[in-house]
Amino acid sequence: MSNLESLKFFWPELILSATALIAILSDLIYERKDSHKVSFWAIGGLLLTFITIRLFGGSSINGLFMGTMALDPFSEFFKILIVLSTIIVMLMSFNSSELDGYRKGEYYTIMSIMAFGLVMMTSAIDVLMFYVAIEIVSIMSFFLAGYLKRNPNSNEASLKYVIYGAFSSGVMLYGLSILFGLTGETNFFAIKNAISQLGPDSNLALILSIVFILVGLGYKISAVPFHFWTPDVYEGSPTSITAYLSVAPKAAGFALIIRFFNIAFGSNSAMGSDEWSSLNSLPWPFLIALLSAATMTIGNLVAIQQQSVKRMLAYSSIAHAGYMMMAIPVMSQSGIYGLMIYLFMYMLMNLGAFFVVMYVQDKFDGENFDAFNGLGWKMPLLGISMTLFMVALTGLPPTSGFVGKFYIFAAVIEAGNQYYWLAFVGVINSVVSLYYYIKVVRHMYFEGERSDIVSLPESKLTTSLVLVLALPTFFLGWYFSPLVEWANNSLNFFLGI
Amino acid sequence: MSNILSWIIWLPVIGMLVISLIPRNNSKIIKQIAAITSGIQLLLATYLWQVFDSSIGEMQFMERVEWIPSFNITYILGVDGLSLPMVLLMALIGFIGIFVSWNIDKAVKGYFSLFLLLNTGVMGVFLALDFFLFYIFWEVMLLPMYFLIGMWGGPQREYAAIKFFLYTLAGSVLMLIAILALYFTCGNTFDMLVLMETAPVALNGMLWWGMSAIKVIWVLLFIGFAIKVPVFPFHTWLPLAHVEAPTAISVILAGVLLKLGVYGILRINYTMLPDGVFWFAGALALLGLINVIWGAMCALAQKDLKKLVAYSSVNHMGYTLLGMSAVIAASGMNGSNLISAQAGVGGAVFQMFNHGTISAMLFILVGVIYDRAHHRDIEGFGGLASQMPVYTAFVAIAFFAGLGLPGFSGFVSEAMIFIGAFPVFRTIVIISTLGILLNAAYFLWAFQRMFFGPANEKYNDLPEINSRELFTVIPLAVITLFLGVYPRPFLDLVSSTLNLLIESVVTIGGYAGNL
Repeated sequence: MSNLESLKFFWPELILSATALIAILSDLIYERKDSHKVSFWAIGGLLLTFITIRLFGGSSINGLFMGTMALDPFSEFFKILIVLSTIIVMLMSFNSSELDGYRKGEYYTIMSIMAFGLVMMTSAIDVLMFYVAIEIVSIMSFFLAGYLKRNPNSNEASLKYVIYGAFSSGVMLYGLSILFGLTGETNFFAIKNAISQLGPDSNLALILSIVFILVGLGYKISAVPFHFWTPDVYEGSPTSITAYLSVAPKAAGFALIIRFFNIAFGSNSAMGSDEWSSLNSLPWPFLIALLSAATMTIGNLVAIQQQSVKRMLAYSSIAHAGYMMMAIPVMSQSGIYGLMIYLFMYMLMNLGAFFVVMYVQDKFDGENFDAFNGLGWKMPLLGISMTLFMVALTGLPPTSGFVGKFYIFAAVIEAGNQYYWLAFVGVINSVVSLYYYIKVVRHMYFEGERSDIVSLPESKLTTSLVLVLALPTFFLGWYFSPLVEWANNSLNFFLGI
Repeated sequence: MSNILSWIIWLPVIGMLVISLIPRNNSKIIKQIAAITSGIQLLLATYLWQVFDSSIGEMQFMERVEWIPSFNITYILGVDGLSLPMVLLMALIGFIGIFVSWNIDKAVKGYFSLFLLLNTGVMGVFLALDFFLFYIFWEVMLLPMYFLIGMWGGPQREYAAIKFFLYTLAGSVLMLIAILALYFTCGNTFDMLVLMETAPVALNGMLWWGMSAIKVIWVLLFIGFAIKVPVFPFHTWLPLAHVEAPTAISVILAGVLLKLGVYGILRINYTMLPDGVFWFAGALALLGLINVIWGAMCALAQKDLKKLVAYSSVNHMGYTLLGMSAVIAASGMNGSNLISAQAGVGGAVFQMFNHGTISAMLFILVGVIYDRAHHRDIEGFGGLASQMPVYTAFVAIAFFAGLGLPGFSGFVSEAMIFIGAFPVFRTIVIISTLGILLNAAYFLWAFQRMFFGPANEKYNDLPEINSRELFTVIPLAVITLFLGVYPRPFLDLVSSTLNLLIESVVTIGGYAGNL
């Protein structure tokens, strides 16, 4: 489809880019002390984007912009996830005292641009578009990680992020160019056709290129062994941004991995029985399963030793990447929609957990476990919500976290007994993770003074945002049919069923 | 009353919601609401018992509501002769537990809310017939337990609470794998009644890594349940949790929670994996023996009265395992001895119930003396019989019931277990009768050290057991004595269901040699 024709299917992205532009312009108008008002424009624009995504929902077109973008329910699911998490994080940032003293206009502008990049990642079906989208996201996240420019930790975070990011996207670019050299194509579908024509002598080059591409994507989802940047970046960034980085880029990264590997390397565009067909010279599913097991185990084991809750959550987000990766080697329909369900649940509970951490950090001036002492007695709403988030992150019923894990484990077990060991590693890791998640609960309820004076957060926004995240975290653990249907339908189109 | 099972399960949650609306300093009203809620639940359970038709072995009062159709998850409840005694036990102990905790003054609102939530979780496990629902209830119990031990417990409470939590969670996640494996291999369903039909057929001959799938699933489920029972070597969390937990929580833990493991094995392993029963029965009997001897030896060595009672639980639960293993006596290769299978399994279920009442009584009585003397050191007392005669009488009843003296219900169930298991596991039964001896030794020795001998002057003016405490102990003592003299009502209640169970294990589980 030509560029001009494609534009009429591109409204959400257009609105999103307009939002970023309006945000910049409005930032010029507002006084410094009013610069947070830029967020009204940004949030308004994102809401409009959300609505347009819904309006275009259901259609399925594979060749927008001369075959570089796809519009399908699969990308729609991820777009909604990304836009929702962006809105929530923007609302979170309202009360963040870390950001006080900095101009907030750019903050919201950069977040809008990053959301744009993430949305592009979910729908790219061309290697070039895929690279450009990833770079938009990366560069914007470098800015955001270093947003507290007078805070050395934030500078360090940004610098580490840049170095790791530049290195891994360089490696990925190298892998992509090898792939281009082999196939002469940039479109995923064309690559797939070209690969099927390749002789066995190009196997080595193909494997190299895939390994290199995996480095770049593994970095985005912070999979072991490309996770070393995660704790430092997560710790140094403003907490609202840490929350954002732990959810949205991960979602987009998984969307891209699923799309790229399924289209370009699957036996047919649907994940058929003969999975990973172009690559059977190496046991790919087994290798990825091994990476997934390593990711969750290392994430969990290191998380146990953390003193800072924020850093603990950073390592736990590595572990969660590991759980989600369990769905990839399985390469079945239920694996992928299990992953989608997991991501949705993970968005709610992880943003919620970071939000409470941010609040505690602002209010009690510390992000160590001790700062949580007695919180459950002082502020029952926050205490109960945080307990809920922690229990959900552990994956205990009846919370949404259990439902996410349940679908992932179900997909792994459905794939047959060659993956039972992976499920076993997964559940044992859940038990290990209980130890450090419940530590937060222990500090909130068992340590510190019990107070008889109960209070709510001062700001109504904080209270309602905690509820907005906590209520679905609880109720989606009891009734999740609509979400499951939605994820399932999103996949049917993608698979061409 | 068509939804009576749902009412029994969810009533405590309603009570909990009501409590959450009451300001936290009205502790008296909170306690009253908790008591009323549990009281109504007990009435409902009694009513259920009255209308329950014990001549039918199948599920009764079934409820079935669509829940998550895309994954074939359904809300299914039902009650039969195996679950009804457990429901009655939970309703009774739950009601008594409220009065045992009447003196709690720290965070009353939280305590009673969590107590009621725990009640819902336990009831749900006993009544759920959908595996997914079963698992949810199974896990719902963990968090309240963690808080109840960790917040209201003794000096080492945090360690005890996390140890309990980690142990049980480790067991239940293995169970989750087994549940999912059953789901995908046996016709995509969580409906336990359907799985009972399909699993033995679908799993027959299936091999995983050269092992029989039946064995793998059996072991996964068994570890999950064994941790709860607790079976040696998974028992180390129990003494700790018991000693640190507040009295009422020890009562619930020993009285009901330990039964969940045995109930799970009977309800799930026995019905869905009957072949595995034959494969595992010998190990089950042996584990039972180890529990009996190990628990008794440990109890003998304890200086802390509560720890002694905790280890006596390990000992008593060993008998149930031994009784359950007797089911294979009914099979053709073991001489079709239906009577001993019935005696063994019936004895095991009866022992579960009896241990529920007896250990609840023991823990309440330990709590009574701890409230007064603020320690539980057996050696630290002496001659209490002259100082607290009424209390001594009740401890005597509880101890005698615990050591299985004829005339108390524990004797009947233990005798049934020995009779049942004798034809198939002769040596094990003979050795395990030694446990009875040790059993008597630790109870009587503790009794002697505490209540006889020179009176400890320090405790001359200890107040006698009060009426509230008597109110919690007397019903349990009456039940123990009544069932000890006349066990018929209980055995009639369970026999139809257990006969069906034995029959299905024996007729379906014919492939033992193939495993």
